Amino acid sequence: MLRDAWLVAGRDLRIEARSRVALWQVLPFALLALVLFAFALGPDRATLASAAPGLFWVAVLFSGVLAVHRSVAIESGEGTRDGLRLSGLDPAGIFLGKAAAVALQLAALEVVLWLGMRVLFGVTIRAIWLAVAAAALATIGLAAAGVIYGALSGGLRVRETLLPLLVLPVVAPVLLAASRVWSAAAVGAVGAGESWLRILGPFALVYLAVGVVVYGPLLEAG
Amino acid sequence: MASAVHLTSAVALAGRFPALSGVDLSVDHGEVVAVVGPNGAGKTSLLRLCAGLLPLSSGQGSVLGHDLVEDPAGVRRGVGFLGHAPALYDELTATENVRFVLRAAGLPVSRGAGALERLGIGGRIARTPVGRLSAGQRRRVALAALVAKCPALWLLDEPHAAMDPAGRELVAALIAEASVQGVAVILTSHELALARSLADRVVSMAGGRVSRIFEGQRSAPDDCRDDPGALGAPASGVAARPTPVPTLAGGAHVA
Repeated sequence: MLRDAWLVAGRDLRIEARSRVALWQVLPFALLALVLFAFALGPDRATLASAAPGLFWVAVLFSGVLAVHRSVAIESGEGTRDGLRLSGLDPAGIFLGKAAAVALQLAALEVVLWLGMRVLFGVTIRAIWLAVAAAALATIGLAAAGVIYGALSGGLRVRETLLPLLVLPVVAPVLLAASRVWSAAAVGAVGAGESWLRILGPFALVYLAVGVVVYGPLLEAG
Repeated sequence: MASAVHLTSAVALAGRFPALSGVDLSVDHGEVVAVVGPNGAGKTSLLRLCAGLLPLSSGQGSVLGHDLVEDPAGVRRGVGFLGHAPALYDELTATENVRFVLRAAGLPVSRGAGALERLGIGGRIARTPVGRLSAGQRRRVALAALVAKCPALWLLDEPHAAMDPAGRELVAALIAEASVQGVAVILTSHELALARSLADRVVSMAGGRVSRIFEGQRSAPDDCRDDPGALGAPASGVAARPTPVPTLAGGAHVA
């Protein structure tokens, strides 16, 4: 399963590196969203700094939907879904590989967004380990849930519009918890952040487990 | 030895409608069967059923000794399927696509280069993302992946589509070589004359049923089947019986 996951993740990342959609479309979209949020909130640095964690994770969430959409599109090419079904790869490995590829792209995006947020909003993080832990768990959860719902909508003609409708409500707890952890991390309130961190861990684990189980049937149904 | 494909009263649904309505068919190892018929006759559905991609709704079926209902995963491991649309990733090169197929199947990637060369995909073309290749070249890449994988049953859906005359001859030669080595081949075609020249038997389909089965014109002396080395060098024309190449002969069939 892990060998298959490695193979699929490598393939997806290579395809993304070649197409450069993440670099030229998803990343600019995320930065643009951050700038527009700043415009909407006005020039007050205190307001921007307090809203920054929430804005950051909203930008990550919307960009995540685009990244998942790209991941689904890889398997939506002519005949490629049949090819994957005939490949002999373990569906659980395919799921883990696709989720890992999306998660790595999101992690890279988060680093750039964080730098942008520091420049635009002047935000600093005091409890860095807390913010990193929250980002890691939230990213895994977003990627896992996204790939599951991506597979669910993958065989449908309306997947472009359906995917955000399916994914965004499901990952709302991630948005809430990650924002709260980052707000706490910004002021060094580790205790307050840790309680929200306990939501992100199980979310990521549950969606990873669900994906391992259901990805095969979803691939067949598509 | 049991048949490579054995279907009895096979029914398969495409949505709510029957794509196959009680098909009886048996294909032996080393046999080439061409399926002809008008659009919607069930040719592609028959191939997809044999590939384990379309579920068997009723009747009985086994492919390479694996039951279509009980063990579809076993069926899929042993077949090579060339569909209308080649299962390729546009952003990856021809070499990378073939390597992915081989790695996924747990086979050595060293098989890929020879197969691509055999299909005329070498040098710069092999290093070009397949999205930039012509339809015929893409089809050759997909066929190279199948040849490199070396499955025991080839399911070819209109393998000559988008191919130039040289490509068509190459497809015919590959089918002949595969047959010599015991690979069962089922192909579909709209061209009856071409189908007859390639196949041992031609199956005519209409409305999801087999309407007629008749002999093909492929000449296959029994002594040549047992001794691939006795075959002559490839000649032009679809009836030619070329010398087997290392690509096909090198590895054991995946069954």
